Amino acid sequence: MSLTPGLDRSASTDESALLEVCNASTTFATDRGSLRAVDDVSFVIKRGETLGIVGESGSGKTVLSRSILGLLPRSGVLQEGSIVFDGTEIVGAPDKLMRAIWGAKMAMVFQDPMASLNPVVRIGRQITESLRLHLDLDRSEAKATALSLLEQVGIPSPKERLRSYPFELSGGMRQRVMIAIALACSPKLLLADEPTTGLDVTVQAQILDLLSSLQKERHMSVILVSHDLGVVASRTDNIAVMYAGKVVEIAPTATLFSSMAMPYTKALVDSTPRLSQPSHLRLSPIEGRPPDMTTARQGCAFAPRCSFATDRCRSETPPLVTSPSNPLHRFACWNPLNSISIGESS
Amino acid sequence: MSSASSPRAQEPLLVEESLLNATRRRAFGVMFWICAGWIALVVLLALLASVLGLQNPTTENYDSLNQGPTLAHWFGTDDLGRDIFSRVVYGARVSLIVGFGAMVISMSIGASLALLAAYRRGKIDLLVSAASYVMLAFPALVAVIAIIAFWGHDLWKITLIIGVAGIPLVFRVVRAAALGYATRDFVVAAKTQGASDWRIITKEILPNVLPAMVSFFLIGVASVVILEGALAFLGLSVQPPTPSWGNMISESRTYLSQNPWLALFPSLAMILFLIALNLIGDTLRSALDHQEGKL
Repeated sequence: MSLTPGLDRSASTDESALLEVCNASTTFATDRGSLRAVDDVSFVIKRGETLGIVGESGSGKTVLSRSILGLLPRSGVLQEGSIVFDGTEIVGAPDKLMRAIWGAKMAMVFQDPMASLNPVVRIGRQITESLRLHLDLDRSEAKATALSLLEQVGIPSPKERLRSYPFELSGGMRQRVMIAIALACSPKLLLADEPTTGLDVTVQAQILDLLSSLQKERHMSVILVSHDLGVVASRTDNIAVMYAGKVVEIAPTATLFSSMAMPYTKALVDSTPRLSQPSHLRLSPIEGRPPDMTTARQGCAFAPRCSFATDRCRSETPPLVTSPSNPLHRFACWNPLNSISIGESS
Repeated sequence: MSSASSPRAQEPLLVEESLLNATRRRAFGVMFWICAGWIALVVLLALLASVLGLQNPTTENYDSLNQGPTLAHWFGTDDLGRDIFSRVVYGARVSLIVGFGAMVISMSIGASLALLAAYRRGKIDLLVSAASYVMLAFPALVAVIAIIAFWGHDLWKITLIIGVAGIPLVFRVVRAAALGYATRDFVVAAKTQGASDWRIITKEILPNVLPAMVSFFLIGVASVVILEGALAFLGLSVQPPTPSWGNMISESRTYLSQNPWLALFPSLAMILFLIALNLIGDTLRSALDHQEGKL
């Protein structure tokens, strides 16, 4: 991959770019050696765009989203590359600087709405907290804003709910409250880390629809992190597939599904149950497990589990190359599906 | 507020209304209120002792020595003819000042350090934890006795010394409670909303450990009252003729066979006070802990 960090910066001339991740790596020092949880990841998100990040557990999705938020601890973590958000470099930024960005420009919705709300603080205060902090609203203004926020996220009788504690609400309602809190100060970027994993399926769809309608209204960029391709498929502009800390394929959503190049992406799709399939059909799981990230490896990380793997896959790491058919489609594979002849092999 | 853009939700809103009201109006039980009433009475009497028209607790009256309870002296008189009821009431002042005062000192310093250590971890945590272990390894009672013997038996000095001695204990308890919360998602969430460390500690973590702190505070007060009694028994608390429950019990030793009333009333006051404190602490803890279980 490119050794010159500035190479991918060509996109930065694009005025509408909100977030530019450029050769970002995050390495943890563990007892068993250093663990490269995010490995040389680059992508750009424009304003109002949604990027889906998909991958198995342990593929580095969550670490990547925490890196973008600048939430990782200082000690024991090495961050390289650059993450520029709205003109501010996040990598290495002190908390003092980040505090002006957190909540005001960048917000996060967590996986577990039971854990992400303070159990002993009333909903109302949890929403007004950041309003009063960032927008300098007084008590009554903040309360009025909180009311309209609760209404926007579809909570019935919002006035009464302001005085409720989190344990008095159902899971879906809590996640709505969490979204209201995240959106309180109209952030430009919302990171949703598995926002629906803890909810049941009918509620999942409601929450995702809510997120995308709010996003359109506010012209906000969203990073939707999920292990479920189905969740991101219909609600994203671009999808990045992660494996072992690397982005192995990234493309506009429609392109990805119509001409996926990476066998791993296909394996992910195949392992998702579909209504069109006959019932009781066995799902095809991806055999094996993700690689141990602490050991050094040669070649493509997916090679041991890939049915198309060749000797080259096991010895040389495939770079992320641009598809000849679509400049926005990039993938890292020596033997891409649909037998696209990639430029690199020439 | 645009109703058009508010997708009405169909999922159930509330967990269960009846369950909720029960939580809100949790009945503490009769015992709790009896205990609370007793504590309130003791505190009130101690506060108002000087305006209640009680007999002077240090006035000696050689016409009525070592009497049992009478109408004139409800709890009887001691070997110098002093009114025991009045001495028990004034003695409560000492126990309350030392008990609550020392715990306020331990709590404010110990809990602040604990919250900071639990949230920040790293060097601060290491340093304060190590210091607390060193202090805990030292026998506290011996240290307190030695310092008081050396420094003086002034009421305020005793309070301060016991208060400082209690810091490491409070630190350990509150730190343990806070550690569990410091890494929870809602703390990270607060951070992603731009909250400062101070805000996170006081508004996110503190409310969650408050139940544990309240019950530990009350039980701590009870232990300090016992400690003060023990010190008084050794003659290391406030000096006679100022009454305290401890030195009254201590002085009654000599007359135990002639006038058991002398030992009975201060002992009874102390025991009931301790039982009440412990019971309240326990009830509050289990009542407040419940909220977390519901989540």
